[in-house]
Amino acid sequence: MADLLAGDLVGKDPALSRLRPYRAVLASRARSQRAYRVSFGLDLASSALIGVVELAEIWVLFHSVTSLGGLDFAQILLVFGLADLCFSLADMTFGHCDNLPTYLRAGTLDVFYLRPQPLLLQLVTSDISLRRLARAAVGLVALVAGLALNDIAWSPAHVLLLVVAVVSGYAVFAGMFVWAGGAQFFLVDGAETTNAFVYGGRYAATQPASVWNRPLWAVFGFFFPMAFTGFLPALWLLGIAPPYGLPDWLGWCAPLAAAWTWLLALASWRLGVRHYQGGGG
Amino acid sequence: MRAVPSGVRVYWRILVAGFRRQSAYLMAAFGGLVANTTFGLLKVAILFATVRAAGGELEGYDVALMSTYIWVSQGLLGSVNLFGRIDIADRIKDGDVAVDFLRPLDVQAAAITTEVGRSLFNLIPRGIPSVLIGGLVVGMALPDDPLAYLLGAVSIVLGIAISAATVYLVVATPGFWVVETRGLQILYMVVSGFLAGLFVPIWIFPTWLEVVAQATPFPSMMMYPVDIISGRADTIEGLLLIAVQVAWLAGVGALGQVLTRAGRRHLEVQGG
Repeated sequence: MADLLAGDLVGKDPALSRLRPYRAVLASRARSQRAYRVSFGLDLASSALIGVVELAEIWVLFHSVTSLGGLDFAQILLVFGLADLCFSLADMTFGHCDNLPTYLRAGTLDVFYLRPQPLLLQLVTSDISLRRLARAAVGLVALVAGLALNDIAWSPAHVLLLVVAVVSGYAVFAGMFVWAGGAQFFLVDGAETTNAFVYGGRYAATQPASVWNRPLWAVFGFFFPMAFTGFLPALWLLGIAPPYGLPDWLGWCAPLAAAWTWLLALASWRLGVRHYQGGGG
Repeated sequence: MRAVPSGVRVYWRILVAGFRRQSAYLMAAFGGLVANTTFGLLKVAILFATVRAAGGELEGYDVALMSTYIWVSQGLLGSVNLFGRIDIADRIKDGDVAVDFLRPLDVQAAAITTEVGRSLFNLIPRGIPSVLIGGLVVGMALPDDPLAYLLGAVSIVLGIAISAATVYLVVATPGFWVVETRGLQILYMVVSGFLAGLFVPIWIFPTWLEVVAQATPFPSMMMYPVDIISGRADTIEGLLLIAVQVAWLAGVGALGQVLTRAGRRHLEVQGG
């Protein structure tokens, strides 16, 4: 696949040829990750294990009780599958925005400024982690199991909602990584502040949000719209009413949640880039 | 005769240096506290709901004891190394460790002591505030027996030392033979948190999984100290848990020493 990406096919279409530098970079990243074979194998295995352990955290709770926040384990699989698949895909493509503090401290970010391409696009293509595919596979399996085990009254609207939920969920998590990246220009040493909301957000997204109190709903329900990545769409698919008397069409608002997250993300990124004074190189 | 006390003094200085160095990263510590608190509140939501769904008590945990578990474990997160990162791993990878072997210090002991010093500092900006925030915002159960706090303090220091020695053994020493150990670090990070009882107390695991956890050093890094300082374990049980911790520290430390010596020979064969 990597060879195909960098292949001659790309050069013939003018629209595609503009993407050529990115494709070449991505292909070289793919090759370099296969260079240390033992380590890459371990990476793939541990990446899959991350997904399994995260699922096990929830499964252990259901080993003790039959229902949590009004959902049983099969229903939680649907919430977990949706949210975890979206997070893993976003982590694979945008996750290395997390490396920004390292670049800032080392002054290597200045190199990106020298190239005639948008900074964010360069950062995103600077490292695509193939190993994270293994983790997305765990989310996908959980999602498929959740869809198969639950009694869903399938209609074209249900199929559409599922597609809308996955695309929007991916966009929400990707936006979270960009938002955190922008904040790193100010925080540098305080990366864990944003981790609280990016990785805390992932943890929140895979929970039955009906267990949250009102402050948690304010933060992870709406400000960082984590409930829209798994919980609310899953409730609509299952035909269950949301908690706190929220309207049951809320699951359809995932695209709005995605748009809101990207508004935050781009504002944070622009402020951050403007604030940046260079590494003094 | 004077060799022993002066040796101890050197490691004491390394410990203090590690402690001081960490104090330069106050912003990082504040970020860590924000993360600890956010995760803590999410854990409160899901674990309290679980205890209530189980009828108010689950494997000995009521809501108050669960709260203590949540906030103490969150507080220890900045000190107990469950991330698998250790500075000496980079020095081994780069070959700089060859210089360390020339110094009149034990490479393993010095690396672990530095890590423990840093970890102890993190108890101040991250550990204690986490417990205070949890106590004030959510409320928690605390033991009446002053001995529980003393044993708890001993157990926390042992837990920190075990985690540093285990990361050294599992993540750093393989670097003498394989170049890239990042995969090992990720593997350690995934397994350690879960089996140390970071997300769910291991006592709530199904029996087979609890047995698997107990067969590893991970519960003695976090679960046992939390059990002692929350009063879940009484004095006798606490002493027993500390004995298990000492055994793990000795075992992991000895194995690390063996691999360090073998690694040094390997390094010489390479001509490093």
